[in-house]
Amino acid sequence: MEKMLPTLPALNSKPPKSARHDKETIVLQLFNGLFNGLSTGSVLLIAALGLAIVFGLMGVINLAHGELMMLGAYTTYVVQNGFKKLGDPWLDTYIFFALPAAFLIAGLFGLVLERGVIRYLYGRPLETLLATWGVSLILQQFVRSVSWTMVIGIALFCLLYFGAIWILQKRPNWGQIRNWAIALILPLSLGIAATVGVLLQNTKKAAIVRPWFSARNVDVTAPAWLRGGFPVGTIQIPYARLFIIVLTIVCVAGLYWFLNRSRWGLRIRSVTQNRTMSACLGIPTESVDALTFFLGSGLAGIAGCAITLLGSVGPNLGSNYIVDTFLVVVVGGVGKIVGTIVAAMSIGTIDYLISSQTFVPLFSAIEPLKQFFEFIGTSSMSKVMVFALIIVFLQVRPAGIFPQKGRSVDA
Amino acid sequence: MLEPPDEPKRKSSQSKKALAIEAGIIIGLAVILIFAMPAILSDFRLRLLGRFLSLAIVALGIDLIWGYTGLLSLGHGIFFALGGYALAMHLNLQLPEGQLPEFFTLYGVKKLPWFWEPFSSFPFTLFGLVFIPAIVAGLLGYLVFRNRIKGVYFSILTQAALLGFFNFFNGQQKLINGTNGLKTDTDEIFGLVASSPQAQLAFFQITVIVLVLAYLLCRWLTSGRFGRLLIAIRDDETRLRFSGYDPTGFKVLVFAVSGALAGIAGSLYTVQTGIITPKIMEVAFSIEMVIWVAVGGRGTLVGAILGTLLVAYARTLLSEKFPGFWLFFQGALFLIVVTALPDGIVGWFRDGAIVQIRSLLGIPQPVSTYPSLEQDPEIEREREEIGRS
Amino acid sequence: MANILEIENLTVSFDGFKALNGLNFSMEEGELRVIIGPNGAGKTTFLDIITGKVQPTEGTVRFKGKNLKSLPEHRIARFGVGRKFQTPRVYLNLTPRENLELSCNRTKTVFGSLFRKSSSGEKLTVKGLLETIGLVGKADIKAGLLSHGEKQWLEIGMLVAQSPDLLLVDEPVAGLTDEETMLTGDLLISLAQSHSIIVIEHDMEFVRQIARKVTVLHQGSILCEGSMEEVQNDPRVIEVYLGHTDEAA
Repeated sequence: MEKMLPTLPALNSKPPKSARHDKETIVLQLFNGLFNGLSTGSVLLIAALGLAIVFGLMGVINLAHGELMMLGAYTTYVVQNGFKKLGDPWLDTYIFFALPAAFLIAGLFGLVLERGVIRYLYGRPLETLLATWGVSLILQQFVRSVSWTMVIGIALFCLLYFGAIWILQKRPNWGQIRNWAIALILPLSLGIAATVGVLLQNTKKAAIVRPWFSARNVDVTAPAWLRGGFPVGTIQIPYARLFIIVLTIVCVAGLYWFLNRSRWGLRIRSVTQNRTMSACLGIPTESVDALTFFLGSGLAGIAGCAITLLGSVGPNLGSNYIVDTFLVVVVGGVGKIVGTIVAAMSIGTIDYLISSQTFVPLFSAIEPLKQFFEFIGTSSMSKVMVFALIIVFLQVRPAGIFPQKGRSVDA
Repeated sequence: MLEPPDEPKRKSSQSKKALAIEAGIIIGLAVILIFAMPAILSDFRLRLLGRFLSLAIVALGIDLIWGYTGLLSLGHGIFFALGGYALAMHLNLQLPEGQLPEFFTLYGVKKLPWFWEPFSSFPFTLFGLVFIPAIVAGLLGYLVFRNRIKGVYFSILTQAALLGFFNFFNGQQKLINGTNGLKTDTDEIFGLVASSPQAQLAFFQITVIVLVLAYLLCRWLTSGRFGRLLIAIRDDETRLRFSGYDPTGFKVLVFAVSGALAGIAGSLYTVQTGIITPKIMEVAFSIEMVIWVAVGGRGTLVGAILGTLLVAYARTLLSEKFPGFWLFFQGALFLIVVTALPDGIVGWFRDGAIVQIRSLLGIPQPVSTYPSLEQDPEIEREREEIGRS
Repeated sequence: MANILEIENLTVSFDGFKALNGLNFSMEEGELRVIIGPNGAGKTTFLDIITGKVQPTEGTVRFKGKNLKSLPEHRIARFGVGRKFQTPRVYLNLTPRENLELSCNRTKTVFGSLFRKSSSGEKLTVKGLLETIGLVGKADIKAGLLSHGEKQWLEIGMLVAQSPDLLLVDEPVAGLTDEETMLTGDLLISLAQSHSIIVIEHDMEFVRQIARKVTVLHQGSILCEGSMEEVQNDPRVIEVYLGHTDEAA
């Protein structure tokens, strides 16, 4: 959110204050506040949506969610670069190809994450938290330093290690030699891959040694038709923000349709409510888990694609959003998308209203209050306030806006 | 299966002996650290070791709250920073009468902000660096625990709190110098420049002593009934309620103690680093604290200290030699510890590292069962027969 | 004799679904009462209400004449209500001895547990209980290593260690062998000499072994109440629960 505010100079500059325009100004300001709140909220929502369904289904908080967003953003960057080569008529349509690409890439990565790590940790949410944090660190550093050398090294390692295991598995005495074999093959293939990597690195050929993205931020230029804005009175509604709001609505509607109308959606909902019972009824809970994770991660990818329209793309992109999206999930409560929507919109609006100092003129008569609202009226202080408000909110509704009720809770 | 009549007595004398051995080891290690290390290590390395040891104090706190009580705090950076800032403010105020710390003049601040005033007194600072983090932790803990918010919710809220504090400290240039933080190296403490070798040696020795005291405190808390209650909270908090205990109070106290330990550690870390900035409250650093405990072995105090020293050393080594590699390593460490070594190094050794190594090498295992079965002559005989065939 | 537990017009609804509906119930001091009823009759919710885990939507619960409304669980527990859960819940990483000590402890405050050593009286109680529940030999291994039946017994032991006036026991013999069931029955009967006990159970044989007075719950309210004989021959009970041929027997 920190990054969004500077992109809105037209909106943040206060309309000129003259007695004649007062009424119009107040209406406009209200509209402005509402729109910006909605816009901030929809970014939060699109980022939190995937997190919420994964958390609702498996009780897993995925700390790598932000990094999946980052993957989506980098995918958008790559797609855009590809379209630049195609030339003009195509260039402005890149976003429609980037969205599915981001969904797929992030989704597939999420799938690998679920199958490779998270499924071993079900029922241990805190450990999952830590493991996904590990993954997020690796991903961050990966985009910083990924280069052809590295990719070749990793590919070679996978080929050697999994190839050798695959061959050895066919031997009848695999069970006996398993530990030995892994103890031998793992360092061996690691060693070979590392050596090749170092050798390649030493060739100093720029094409294979140079990192693809490097640690610096890269920029994605929004398509021409998303630049500029739609004038309303003295203010401007940026098209990019409108696009994000529409995209969020589409995503929510799509997710709603999927969960409530499709076969697999029904399965996901049933596993969310009662995992054991669903398993007994023959629902393949493992596939449901994997699918949900794919879906949630894919949504993170779309979110990542969307936020490229708001600012530059860097390895830390995910961490800027992640804590806010967690709070959305906490406030929204588990297992209901409505909760997530309401939470995202309220947090977005409150955050915007505080940081834009909308309250300051309202309390100009009461000096201490005015000072207070001025003091918290910065983008960093508004976060502090939002957190404080959330803590207060949780005193009243500890389980979020729409808590689950009944005996099954806290069994 | 009745106990032999002399069992209780024998047990107590055994445990006394174990205690004496433990005390001996602690004193021995402390003496080595305090007297031998300064002679062996260069000033720079000694300062580094001092920093590691102060991190070990936070790790003890994390172990208390996570390892024993099962609450994963991702916000210990707050308490660490509060302690650090408390001491740094005191050092910054070591100025001639009427003068303000230098950075204030940059922002045109003429009058010392009110909350700086008490920190000119050393006793208050000492009090503050323990109790301010403790009170903040206790308050945060109370607000969260009284609503029975637990599990990942607690973790997320501590993380959000951390971010809140981070933003607050970053944004307040006029109060605490914002992103630039407070420098302590050039300040004087008891007539010594804080970065001078003498002062640093003193800081190092104090760190060792505090670490020992912190260990003893945690040892006292975790042995005995209070410690068992913490484990009971981890195992089944709801059950505990129906046995007539209110877990909230216990959790608040443990979180506060854990916060106080982090505060003390933060102050010692700050003077041995020379600066404290809000960066110390970055999300990543607070999660890193958890991995120290996880590597060493949660639920064991020695593990927390050991893990901290190992990981912190690995970090220094790696970021000196291969700067890009550290994050890969740390990430892999999280994955490995969580999936393969859930009880950490100490837990691994306790729960039969030897057995596992044997199985890895393909050496057959001696069969072991319940203790009562072990002594059963019939089973002994069967075992021999199996061995022979 | 005075009523130890009195429940008036109790209703609990979860999002409109009434788990308990206008229930009236009372029980004398020193009574051993068995509650039976089909699944979903509200038996466990009934215990949840008494122990304060769930708050009633309507109605009052009086224990020893005191209204339990909005008291937290631990206060109700200290006030003299002990509960055993359907699936055994013990502290898996503590030993049976430590499990019992925690329940036996009289000062359940933070500072009490920090500074007070367990008295020799408590130690004796724990030792006696370990013998009663047959876990002397396994007193010092982690409770996580115990078998299901041993955990059930350990939890009953913890309940007794708490020395409550009213014991609420939820399906104590689920998953036990016939012999263990018999022993559990004997244990409950002997406990009933000095405590008031409510037992929830499905196992009719076991109910017959221990029951003096039986209450049948159905759809959140009481269907009938009386001796085992009366209940067994009540046509409504046969209709909803026991079935026409007495298959449970």
